[in-house]
Amino acid sequence: MSSVRVLVGTRKGAFILTSDGTRRSWHVEGPLFGGWEIYHVKGSPVEPNRIFASQSTGWFGQLIQRSEDGGATWEPVGNQFVYDGVPGTHQWYDGTPHPWEFARVWHLEPSLHDPDTLLAGVEDAALFRSSDAGESWQELSGLREHDTGSQWQPGAGGMCLHTIIESPADPRRLVVAISAAGAFRSDDAGQHWMPINRGLRSEGIPDEDAEVGHCVHHVAMHPSRPDVLFMQKHWDVMRSNDAGDSWFEVSGNLPTDFGFVIDVHAHEPETLYVVPITSDHLHYPPDGQLRVYRSRTGGNEWEPLSKGLPQSDCYVNVLRDAMATDSLEECGIYFGTTGGQVYASADGGNTWDAIVHDLPAVLSVEVQTLA
Amino acid sequence: MIRVVLPAHLKTLIHLQGELEVDVAAPVTLTSLLDAIEARHPVLVGTMRDARTRQRRAFVRFFACERDLSHEPPDARLPREVEVGREPFYVVGAMAGG
Repeated sequence: MSSVRVLVGTRKGAFILTSDGTRRSWHVEGPLFGGWEIYHVKGSPVEPNRIFASQSTGWFGQLIQRSEDGGATWEPVGNQFVYDGVPGTHQWYDGTPHPWEFARVWHLEPSLHDPDTLLAGVEDAALFRSSDAGESWQELSGLREHDTGSQWQPGAGGMCLHTIIESPADPRRLVVAISAAGAFRSDDAGQHWMPINRGLRSEGIPDEDAEVGHCVHHVAMHPSRPDVLFMQKHWDVMRSNDAGDSWFEVSGNLPTDFGFVIDVHAHEPETLYVVPITSDHLHYPPDGQLRVYRSRTGGNEWEPLSKGLPQSDCYVNVLRDAMATDSLEECGIYFGTTGGQVYASADGGNTWDAIVHDLPAVLSVEVQTLA
Repeated sequence: MIRVVLPAHLKTLIHLQGELEVDVAAPVTLTSLLDAIEARHPVLVGTMRDARTRQRRAFVRFFACERDLSHEPPDARLPREVEVGREPFYVVGAMAGG
């Protein structure tokens, strides 16, 4: 019988939630790496029992942990993230030049094709690759050294590379997103990059439709349609049908188009999920009501999903990497909150249950569907 | 034998209860002590000082014998009481944040 493993990164450790395919009863394991910030935990699609975790604190720096047994035991692997050459400067919050400094790994993306290969998105924004299962890391410096690099600025959370998408159709095609520089695509396995921000408009930057400078919060793709991308921007939910060459807005009837997460149903490539957040200065749901919004039309037409979610006095946030789906026949949707809840729906979003209530603030949620 | 008191986060990393004990030949300096700690527990490389520049991380402090040794030169000799194991050497996560 199939089972599900939910990998949860929090401000104070990692947790592994497991259930059989019914998704009715959950076992909670953790905290792993108690007291450490776990920005992201993700398993290899090729070897699901191989899992990687990004472990850090502001005091003691960055570690990468690897498990070969589904999270039962872990060993530290390589943690040297050294920028190529002399990294130069990007823009600081006040517009002055600021040297590139490594802070932490925000996102780990194990390869769809090779269990020993994975990518890491880091702050200050850069992309690193490991070809030896995390033992060593080399920067794909063509991204950071793009002509626009010196213009990139941090968002409120730092200048982080938080989204990495590998095309299932072509492993040479990569899409990444950086706050607050925008989205970028490589068609040669990360050697060269182009900004893919045409169609984005961002109030609050001098040139509203600039080539770079947009605060992209997350990008999602359905594996059957690698050219169709969905984006939750700082404000605006966006869609591209041409692998990011151009974007158009699909916020439609959302109560607010500010938010962080966006994801796609496992079996319906035109079914999307977002969690609207009130505004850029009110990082909680409108009216204290936590609602996922679903579009079955690839955007524009959205319906609120609230059954099982708190509908009063709820003032949590849902961070950019904190939503994921399983691929069981009836697609499961999962998201974690800054209040420490992980909510799950085993019916595509129609009904929700908190499968755990009181974790530390959730930074990331990933799901593995196991045979 | 040098006695080292690590902060909880680092003890978690090396599954340590209590103090860490390391052998370091005299004269013991900050550099030779940290080298010995990292050689015994490679997972600690980069957690107390930058792995490449070997500069102390900003929010890490080194105390011993009721003195802050954080700003001492890396090749300065540690106090005699630390060398002979009468006093522990403390690695401290600076108080900041929550």
